[in-house]
Amino acid sequence: MKRRMNILNWAGFAVILVAFMSYIPFFALFPSTRDVPWANYLLFLIGGALIAVGVRRAFRDSEHNRGKISGSILAALSVLLFALFVISVTYYSKQVPSAEAALGVSRKAPPFVLADTAGKEISSADLLKDHRGLVLVFYRGYW
Amino acid sequence: MRGFEQHLSEFHHRGVEVVAISVDSSAESQKLRQSRGYTFPFLSDPKAETIRQYGVLHAKGGEGGKDIARPAEFLVDAAGTIRWVNLTDDIRVRARPESVLEAIDRL
Repeated sequence: MKRRMNILNWAGFAVILVAFMSYIPFFALFPSTRDVPWANYLLFLIGGALIAVGVRRAFRDSEHNRGKISGSILAALSVLLFALFVISVTYYSKQVPSAEAALGVSRKAPPFVLADTAGKEISSADLLKDHRGLVLVFYRGYW
Repeated sequence: MRGFEQHLSEFHHRGVEVVAISVDSSAESQKLRQSRGYTFPFLSDPKAETIRQYGVLHAKGGEGGKDIARPAEFLVDAAGTIRWVNLTDDIRVRARPESVLEAIDRL
């Protein structure tokens, strides 16, 4: 009897790939799915469950289902991707130096003169002349 | 920064300007501004002097051991005094514009 392709393994792995790759281009854009990446964790969970069922039926009923080997490989890859994701979220994204040196509330804001994107020098004094306040957003830069 | 862009009119309505600062060159910042559609000013601090003065230097944090800024947001009032600060310990987690707007409304 011809054994059928074990679609659950492949579908599960596809969901795992989406879980792994969707954070930066999509879920990180929205604060509610960015700060705690629950949407990605949920996708990992769904993908993992599909693969678990697929591998289980490949081993339990190998007369009808393929995927003992491919399912095991996909499961191992999925675990690896999940581990990479968790490490990125819990370790790499926290590699920020301590903020002890940062100026605090009620300190004088150091004045600055910096070039804007047109190469024009912009001073904090000029900005404050025209505005009630400034929000300074320091960011790491775009590599 | 996307959030600040989306709420920019609310900042401007309150007479507050949003300014982004990094060690990136003007050309690099312009590329980022254009690709993401940011309209508020981006200032270039290539030697990280202002970044250092605000105490938000991430020494050797960039590519090739370059000094860069750690993520941080400051609210400065018209008198030049810092009135609100957000110092995240996670690159992914940045200030929500709503909380800065609330801080402005409390001034």
